[in-house]
Amino acid sequence: MSSGVAVDLQDMWIKFGDFVAVRDANVHINGGDFFSFLGGSGCGKTTILRAVSGFLEPADGKILIGGNDMKGKGPNERPTALIFQNLALFPLMKVWENITFSMEVRGASAGERRKRADELLDMIALSDQGDKLPSELSGGQKQRVAIARALCAEPDVLLLDEPLSALDLGLRHHMRTELREIQKRVGITFIYITHDQGEALTMSDNVAVMRTAVIDQIGSGKSVYDDPSTSFVASFVGMNNMFRGKVKSISKGQALVETNRTGNLLARITTGATGKLAVGDDAMVFIRPEGLHIAEKSAKSNTRIKANVRHSEFEGTSYNVFLEGDAGKEMKMSLVNRGEARLYEPGAELTLQFDATQAVVVPAGELASE
Amino acid sequence: MIKQPLYIRIGLALYLFMFFTYLIGPLILMSITAFNSASFPQITPWEVLTFEWFPKLFSDDRILRGLKYSLYVGFFTVILSVSMGLAGALMLTQIWPKLRSTYYTIIIAPILVPGVVIGISTLVFWAEINRILGFSADSYLQNGIFLSVLGQSTFIASYCMLVFVARLQRYDTGLTEAALDLGATHLQAFRRIQLPFLAPAMASSSVLAFLASFENYNTTIFTHQKFATLTIVLSQKVRYGIDPTISALAFIIVCLTVLGALIHEVRTRRVQLALANGAPVGAVTGGFKAPKFFAGNPAAVVLGLFVGAAVLIIGFAQVYDPAPAKQAYTDQKRAIQKKAIEAIQQKARDKVRERQMKGPKVFETKKGTGTGSPGKDSFGSVFKPNNLDEAAGTKKKKPVGVNPGKGAFGNIWKSDNLDKVAPKEKGN
Ligand SMILES: Nc1ncnc2c1ncn2[C@@H]1O[C@H](COP(=O)(O)OP(=O)(O)O)[C@@H](O)[C@H]1O
Ligand SMILES: [Mg+2]
Repeated sequence: MSSGVAVDLQDMWIKFGDFVAVRDANVHINGGDFFSFLGGSGCGKTTILRAVSGFLEPADGKILIGGNDMKGKGPNERPTALIFQNLALFPLMKVWENITFSMEVRGASAGERRKRADELLDMIALSDQGDKLPSELSGGQKQRVAIARALCAEPDVLLLDEPLSALDLGLRHHMRTELREIQKRVGITFIYITHDQGEALTMSDNVAVMRTAVIDQIGSGKSVYDDPSTSFVASFVGMNNMFRGKVKSISKGQALVETNRTGNLLARITTGATGKLAVGDDAMVFIRPEGLHIAEKSAKSNTRIKANVRHSEFEGTSYNVFLEGDAGKEMKMSLVNRGEARLYEPGAELTLQFDATQAVVVPAGELASE
Repeated sequence: MIKQPLYIRIGLALYLFMFFTYLIGPLILMSITAFNSASFPQITPWEVLTFEWFPKLFSDDRILRGLKYSLYVGFFTVILSVSMGLAGALMLTQIWPKLRSTYYTIIIAPILVPGVVIGISTLVFWAEINRILGFSADSYLQNGIFLSVLGQSTFIASYCMLVFVARLQRYDTGLTEAALDLGATHLQAFRRIQLPFLAPAMASSSVLAFLASFENYNTTIFTHQKFATLTIVLSQKVRYGIDPTISALAFIIVCLTVLGALIHEVRTRRVQLALANGAPVGAVTGGFKAPKFFAGNPAAVVLGLFVGAAVLIIGFAQVYDPAPAKQAYTDQKRAIQKKAIEAIQQKARDKVRERQMKGPKVFETKKGTGTGSPGKDSFGSVFKPNNLDEAAGTKKKKPVGVNPGKGAFGNIWKSDNLDKVAPKEKGN
C-alpha cells in the first residue's frame, strides 16, 4: 500500500487570533495509511483537518501532500476531499447529482456523470436510490453518499471528520468495517478524526493521540495502548489504574516508584518516557485492569497490592472486580472467565499481583478528564 | 386539549369576528360598491346592479397610463432592489465581525427615513448630478421612471436585504465549503449551491419589492415627474372626485391577490402531500389532472371554485343589461320625490289655511310644530337616503327648499365643481 500519497505536517501552528488551536504539530502519514487523530472534544482535531484541506492557513510551519508544499493553495486546488462532520450533502440536489458534483464543476457531460454515479451507487449498495433527495435517505445511507461523493472527486487523500458520530451504535460498528474495506479497495490515504478510541484502535494503521492543541503520541494502536508516552495518553486510551508517587530508583528500563498509598511499585518506563525520568521525580504508574491478578506466593512485594473487594460484575467473558486499597484508593481488576473463577464477596481481602513489564511508569502530568 | 369555558369561546369568536371585520371589512365593502350603479362608491342606498364601472375603468386613459408606469417602475425596482438586497446580505456574512452591527445599522437606516425625505433627496441629488455632468434638463437622469426606481429602491432594497438575511442565517456555510472542497470555484459554489438555496427568498423579496413599489406614494410623488404612477393618479382623482371605477380597480386587485395567494397555497400543499407520501409531486397529485389534483387539497378546491365564480360573473356581465332596472329605479325615485314635494306643498297650504282660520296667536311660534324649524331640517336630512346621490352630483333636478343647509356640503362633490378646479391643477 505504498502507492498512496503521504501527508506531512511540519512544525505546524494554527491560531485563531491569539488563541493557539494547534501547537507545533509534527506528523508523518504514510501513503495509503488509515491514519486517525484521536482526542477529546475541542482539542483541535477538526482544525487540523481543515488546515490539511485548505480552509485554514497554518500560522507557522508547513503542510506537505505527496511532498508538495500546499501553502497558498485553496481547497479546490488540493488533492484532498473532506467528509464533513455533518456530511454537508447538498439538500436541493438529487443523490446522483450530489455524488458527481466534482465532475459537474469540471464540465463533465450529464451522461458521463450518470454513468459514474451508477458505478459509485453500486459500490455503496444504493443502486436504485440515485434519484432521491438526501433528505429522503436514512442516516447510514447519507453517510455512504457522502463517502461516494468524496471518492468521486478521486482525491489522493480522504479526510473524514467524525463521520460516524451521528449514527446509532449498531450502524457505527457496521460502518467501521465498511469504511476500512473501502479504504483497502481504493488504496488512498485516509485521515480519520474521532473522539472514540474504539474506532481509532480498530480501524487505524496509526493513531495520533491529541491533548488540547498538542499531539502527545503517534504510533500503532497497540503501541498507543501498551506503551503510552504520557500520563494523558495512558489515562485517555483504555481503562487504567493510576498510582501517583516519586521515583525511588531506576534500573534496566524499570523504575521503582514509592506511591502515596500503595507502597512501592515496580514498573516499566515506556519508550516515550525513556530519559525523562530521574530519581526523585514525580511519576505515575499505570496498571490495566487486565494486568492485575490474584497474587501467587512467589510474587515480590513491589509487584503486590493489598485491597478489599467492594463489588463485582460478571460480564460473561470476564469479571470486573472493583476494589478499595489502603486509604480508600480505588482500583479495578478484570479476570478472564476460565470457568473456575468466582465472584468475590464484598469485603473479601485480596492480595493482587502484576507483571512489572505490563505496568508502565511515565512522568507525572495531565490526565484525561473523562 | 382542555375545553375552554363557553364564555371564553364566545369571547374568542367575537374577538376574531371583530378582528377580521376590521381587517377585511373595508375591502369587501369597497368591492361591493363596484357593482352599484350609484356614481359615488356606496352600498346604501343600493341602486341597481351594474358592471359599467369596469369598462369605464379600462377606458380611463389616466388610470391605464398610471398602471403602465407602475408596472415599469415595479419591474425595475424589483430587479434593482433584489440584487442590492442580496449583495447587502451577502456582504453582512462576509464582513469583519466587529463592523457587522455598524454596517447593519447603516444599511437598514433607509427604512427608518421617511419616504418623503427620500423622495426629495433623490430629486435634489440627481438634479445636482445632472447639472454637474452638464446634461440638459430632460436627460435620462431626470426621467421620472428612472428617479422613481432609484428613490424607491433606496429603502425597498433594505426590506429585501432583511428577507435575505433571515434566509442566510439558516444557510450552512459548510455547503459552500464542501463545494469548494470538491473542486468548485467560488463562483460555481455560489451559483450551484448558495443561490438555489436563496431562491425562495428571491421569490418572496421580489413579491415584497413589487408590492412596496406598486403601492408607494410618498416617495414617488416627488420623483415621478411626467410619469404619474397608479397611486399618484388615484390620489389626484380623489381630489377631483371619486367614482366607483376606483372600487372596480380595488376589486380587481383584491381578486388578483386572492388568486395569487390561492395558487401559492395549492402549490405548498401539493409539495406537502408529496412529502407525506414520499413520492414526486406529480405522482401524488396527478399533475394538473382532476380529480387527483383536488384530492386531499382543500386549497385546490377553493381555487377551482374561485376561478369558476370568476368565469360565471364575467359571463353574466356579458348578458346582463342594467338599463331597464335603472329606468325603473329612476322612475321610482322620481315618484318618491314628487310625492315628497307634494307633501311639502300640501303642508304649506294647510298651514296657510290654518292661519287664515284661527288668526294670529302670541305663543303660536313658541309651540313650534316643527315644519318650519331650520335647525332640525339641516340635521335630519343629512341621513335621508337620497341625500348622498345628490351630493355626488347625479341629481340634476333638486327639489327646492327641502334642505337649504345641505347644499353647502353637497356642492363639494359636485362633478362640475371639480372640473373647474381640474384644469388649474393639471399643470404640475
Ligand atoms: N473559527 C474559529 N475561531 C475561533 N476559535 C475556533 C474556531 N474554530 C475552532 N476554534 C477553537 O479551536 C479549538 C479546537 O476546535 P476543533 O478543532 O473544532 O475541535 P475538535 O477537536 O472538537 O474538532 C476549540 O477550542 C475551538 O473553540
Ligand atoms: Mg470537530
